[in-house]
Amino acid sequence: MRAEAVVLRHTDWGEADRLLWLFTRELGKVRAIAKGVRKPRSRKAGHLEPFTRVGLMLAHGRDLLIVTQAEAVDAYLPLRDNLVRLGYALYVVELLDRFTYEEGENSSIYRLLVDTLSRISTEETAALAVRYFEIRLLDLVGFRPQLFTCVGCGAVIRAEDQFFSAEHGGVLCPSCGPRHAGARPISMATLKYLRHFQRSNYTDAQRAHLTGTLDRELEAIMQYYVTYILERGLNTPAFLRRVRADEMRSRGNESEETAP
Amino acid sequence: MLLPVPLQNLINALSRLPGIGPKTASRLTFYLLHASDDLPNDLAEALLALKSGTAYCPICFNITAAGREMCEICESRDRSNGVVCVVEEPMDVLALERTGGFAGRYHVLQGALSPIEGISPEDLRIRELIERVRAGGIQEIILATNPSMEGDATAMYLRQQLLPLGVRVTRLARGLPVGGDLEYADQSTLLRALAGRQDMN
Repeated sequence: MRAEAVVLRHTDWGEADRLLWLFTRELGKVRAIAKGVRKPRSRKAGHLEPFTRVGLMLAHGRDLLIVTQAEAVDAYLPLRDNLVRLGYALYVVELLDRFTYEEGENSSIYRLLVDTLSRISTEETAALAVRYFEIRLLDLVGFRPQLFTCVGCGAVIRAEDQFFSAEHGGVLCPSCGPRHAGARPISMATLKYLRHFQRSNYTDAQRAHLTGTLDRELEAIMQYYVTYILERGLNTPAFLRRVRADEMRSRGNESEETAP
Repeated sequence: MLLPVPLQNLINALSRLPGIGPKTASRLTFYLLHASDDLPNDLAEALLALKSGTAYCPICFNITAAGREMCEICESRDRSNGVVCVVEEPMDVLALERTGGFAGRYHVLQGALSPIEGISPEDLRIRELIERVRAGGIQEIILATNPSMEGDATAMYLRQQLLPLGVRVTRLARGLPVGGDLEYADQSTLLRALAGRQDMN
């Protein structure tokens, strides 16, 4: 059976095999065994690293699929040479992995994943692509937040600072917000971005100029929302924050050194 | 239960080992039951000594015999102190030692960074490595983590941490395996093999 897939993650299996979590275009999320890929002379190993987009031949094994051939379509090499980009890619993959089950084909999620990985590896700032991914993924898995009317009273949301409630899955107007425990304030600017991302395709979304502080607020709100939905925290955000801080620090040092 | 408790206990214990199911476990158990006296005793002693007789070397964190101040490699006088090879697992030290081509010291991280699995720098022996470098006397750190996503992430993280300390940081070369086939090489390997090509004169 022919399939195209992105490798989400892997664990060692038996003596020299690996168990792969794949997100395939044809079958959605599946698990497959890749035989012998931990041997240095394996023909498949290099094509099956995490977040490689790969063309596969799969065969049915006793209970899992078995990878019989693999040929990388895009290895997203720039991801592998930069810790921050790698961190973002890991976050994207973890989020997708947590939100999906082995439940059959979903080509729009596959498309979104492939596009997002290539955006992270080629664009100047990966953050925008990742924020866009979050909103779109929530749409595709059925957790689209309500951003246009208050989830408390149904009033149309006006241009002012609001509250966001993960429990109710959307925005609360300033009069309802304080009455719901756990709702967090959200600034008008941040809300505007979320709405913009929810309504636009990526080319339009890109026109939005994302500043550092806005990105941090968006990130915090999304973190809060997905943690609530998934009922447990993700592992990668901590790593991402750390490598980003380290990069800022080393950049800071460089600019000090080059200053006259 | 039809089986006497000692037999059943051993079967249960064996079937917790990787790659051993209940059938293999019972076969091994019955083999041990009928084997000569030495085998079960030797096995039992070896198992008991496994945990109590081993420890981590306080310098390189490789596995060593318990009670030693440091492992044989750290103790050796014939090795250079200036070069430290950083590996993920004790087995990697064995592999490098078999080549006989390295005469420096080692540092065993005991794993690799894996942000998705939640393995962070604190779970590895990274702080200890940085302290070793800070203590001075090391000119070069060879990063010999696996050429996988996790190994590369670990190497990049270490590079970021080590470079400010003014030490030379190198990474094992990556290229085509002996007996390999160019046609089956992946982009990443081939690109690096091309970038790292060497003069033949």
